Amino acid sequence: MLRFILIRLGQAIPILLAIYTITFFMVRAAPGGPFSQERKVAPHILEQQMEYYGFNDPTYIQYFRTLWQHISFDFPPLTSYPGLTSKDIILDTFPVSLELGILAMFVAIAIGLPVGILAAAKKNSLLDYAPMSFAMIGICLPTFVIGPLLALLLGVWLGWLNISGWFSWSDRILPALTLGLFYAAYIARLTRGGMLEALNMDYIRSARAKGASERAVVLVHALRGGIMPVISFFGPALAGLISGSFVVETIFQVPGLGRHFIQAALSRDHSLILSTVLFYAALIIIANMVVDIAQVMLNPKLRYG
Amino acid sequence: MNITKLVLSLSLFSFTPYLFATPADDAIKKGILLLGNGSEPHSLDPHINSSMNGHHVIMSLIEGLIAPHPTDDSLPHPGIAYKWENESNTVWTFHLRDANWTNGDPVTAHDFIYGFKRILSPRLGSQYAEMLFSMVNAKAFNEGEITNFTKVGAKALNDHTLQITLKDPIPYFYNIIKHTSWFPVNQRTVEKHGEMDDPSNNWIREEYVGNGPFKLKNWQMNQIIEVEKNPDYWDSDSIKLNGIKFFPIVSENTENQMFDAGALHLTYQVPADLVPVYLERKEPTLRIDPYLGTYYYVLNVTVPPLDNPKVRKALSLAINRKSIVRRVTQRGELPATSFTPPGISGYTPEPMETFNPKRARELLAEAGYPGGEGFPKFTLLFNTLERHKAIAEAIQQMWNQILGIDIEIRNQEWKVFIDTVAAGDYQIARKGWIGDYMYPDTFLRILKSDSGQNDPNYSNPEYDSLVESSYMEKDDRKRLDILAKAESIILDELPIIPIYYYVKDHRIDLRVKGWHPTPMDVRNYKNVYFE
Repeated sequence: MLRFILIRLGQAIPILLAIYTITFFMVRAAPGGPFSQERKVAPHILEQQMEYYGFNDPTYIQYFRTLWQHISFDFPPLTSYPGLTSKDIILDTFPVSLELGILAMFVAIAIGLPVGILAAAKKNSLLDYAPMSFAMIGICLPTFVIGPLLALLLGVWLGWLNISGWFSWSDRILPALTLGLFYAAYIARLTRGGMLEALNMDYIRSARAKGASERAVVLVHALRGGIMPVISFFGPALAGLISGSFVVETIFQVPGLGRHFIQAALSRDHSLILSTVLFYAALIIIANMVVDIAQVMLNPKLRYG
Repeated sequence: MNITKLVLSLSLFSFTPYLFATPADDAIKKGILLLGNGSEPHSLDPHINSSMNGHHVIMSLIEGLIAPHPTDDSLPHPGIAYKWENESNTVWTFHLRDANWTNGDPVTAHDFIYGFKRILSPRLGSQYAEMLFSMVNAKAFNEGEITNFTKVGAKALNDHTLQITLKDPIPYFYNIIKHTSWFPVNQRTVEKHGEMDDPSNNWIREEYVGNGPFKLKNWQMNQIIEVEKNPDYWDSDSIKLNGIKFFPIVSENTENQMFDAGALHLTYQVPADLVPVYLERKEPTLRIDPYLGTYYYVLNVTVPPLDNPKVRKALSLAINRKSIVRRVTQRGELPATSFTPPGISGYTPEPMETFNPKRARELLAEAGYPGGEGFPKFTLLFNTLERHKAIAEAIQQMWNQILGIDIEIRNQEWKVFIDTVAAGDYQIARKGWIGDYMYPDTFLRILKSDSGQNDPNYSNPEYDSLVESSYMEKDDRKRLDILAKAESIILDELPIIPIYYYVKDHRIDLRVKGWHPTPMDVRNYKNVYFE
């Protein structure tokens, strides 16, 4: 297992380097610069800013300097937030996104998994159609619609929750619910599909033949195989969830990383774009690795394969 | 009706039961004002900030020589200077009162000199350094031509007397120095956290030392900026609030829901779709105030056929501005009849002729394109935003129906748009300009041939010399007349086509008193109180 992890980590290095290189040159190729402003800046001021942030150096020097800055965790000052570096931003906002992501994942699993299992077990009944149609709506309705609707209902009309902010524990409910519902719908569909497939397998027939109760067949025997697609989905979903959601963070005024991801691109903050992209890439690599390990542990075939 | 609109219209049924005390109720008991503040300010450093969001916060934390007047932007109001006098509008002497920084240091004339030196330091690269260029040698110092700051026209005669010498007489100089670029900073604090001219000096986040009516209590990025009453402020007795919470809420829909749920006293904006609805049902919390800004189209006068003034005038006369503000923008804007918005006392430029389809067709025919025949295809460029698109489409149609010309409309992402216009690579582009101070030349000077903001590449020696000569004129009335004459040249030649004057729309809790919106949206929080 250790060897497996080390190989995967070794593979991560060229991947990250490739992502760095592509992002670095794409950002520079994009029209518009960090100092383009509606009120045009005087040429000598612009020159001063270019010099200060090192944009006047040859591209290859900038390429290697920025690369070294990311390797050594010694980040340059940001153009969009003078006085701060990408490290400050990520350290400040990632814990928030992580918390929101985990809570949303919890919501997604708590709703999606039982619904999917139930739908598969009671195939083609009302218990299948009703929640699955609901899940379809959940997938189709984007978070920017569900979010304001939930805020309207629970915040404005009922007055139970704050509509925005990230101060008390109750402020976590609306964003986690909005983000989680979307993933819950996916998980429900994936679980149902995986479970239906598993329930048709020979080993389920064997279990039934041996007299296992229906409950044990579904929850013990079938679930272990049926949950596989959900686990594969988990990796990227988890990485996406904890690196922050721009939409949900904007709607509910959550001070997370997702907003900086988009804002960095809009303000052409080269350093922040690179750092957030690399951070996200590293998260996806790690999450996928964790998922692979989980799959090996759940599926004996992979373990000895 | 799309989904977003559905959510918006649902939110109109705001039957908040008021069973519980809302955060706004609690805050009123505590004397704390809850404000929507648009987006996260990039900096709260008065010499680096360039956003209005940052400006609103800085105005509570630092006080300049002249404070914003509570009700009239054109008038001075004593700040750190309790009196001032001038010699022929050129040498200005300010007498400073006894005041302290929040770290206990006294506020002296040297702090102001230090502030001027800092913002003008070339390495700081401040975008607003040019606000100080009216001072003798300020530009030369900023451009690195001179390095000795004592040659710049700012001198501390003693700790409490500051003398500023201007290149040219400016009678409304007290309005210019209300801007944060003229604000002092505490030298000891700035230098404790880095070099004075290092843009990354982070004293604003490490230890914010100010001299204003409020002091910084809590700053969480993208979440909240909290300020509390500064008991050591020289006039602390007259501050009625105990604190202000600024919420950087980007989404106008969220902000509006927060207001409906009683979590804000004042919003930064109102969702565009809701303004007409609120107007119709006479929503008492809706406020629409004039704003010192103009929405206009820039015509690239170096490109045929736009180099022909008759064509430009025809285009302008074919725009029905009343219909645009009534049916397209719907925020209560005023159709523009000049470049400089109304509200600057004593200044009334001759209004231009706005909508005259017949005359527009005649002019286009005179220019050689009867009925739009043979008129080259050109593009109207705007930055990506629903509102700009709607206006562009309306004007595209007006030009097509009235003049018979066919144009293409195209949008670009904000930064791309800025660079395209700056490079002159466009024919017609949408722009807006917000005044920096209450005087017409804050608008008119951007169209001088030597201005860095001259997007249309317009050049008219007569116009240039009129604006220049206004700087030399000592008599107020005559100076405004000269500027009005200069403006009439613009309105006749139309390198830009003014469309409407901006407004500021807010929703305000009716218990908030002493809130006097001014055309520049510069705020004097000292006088705000609750009923």
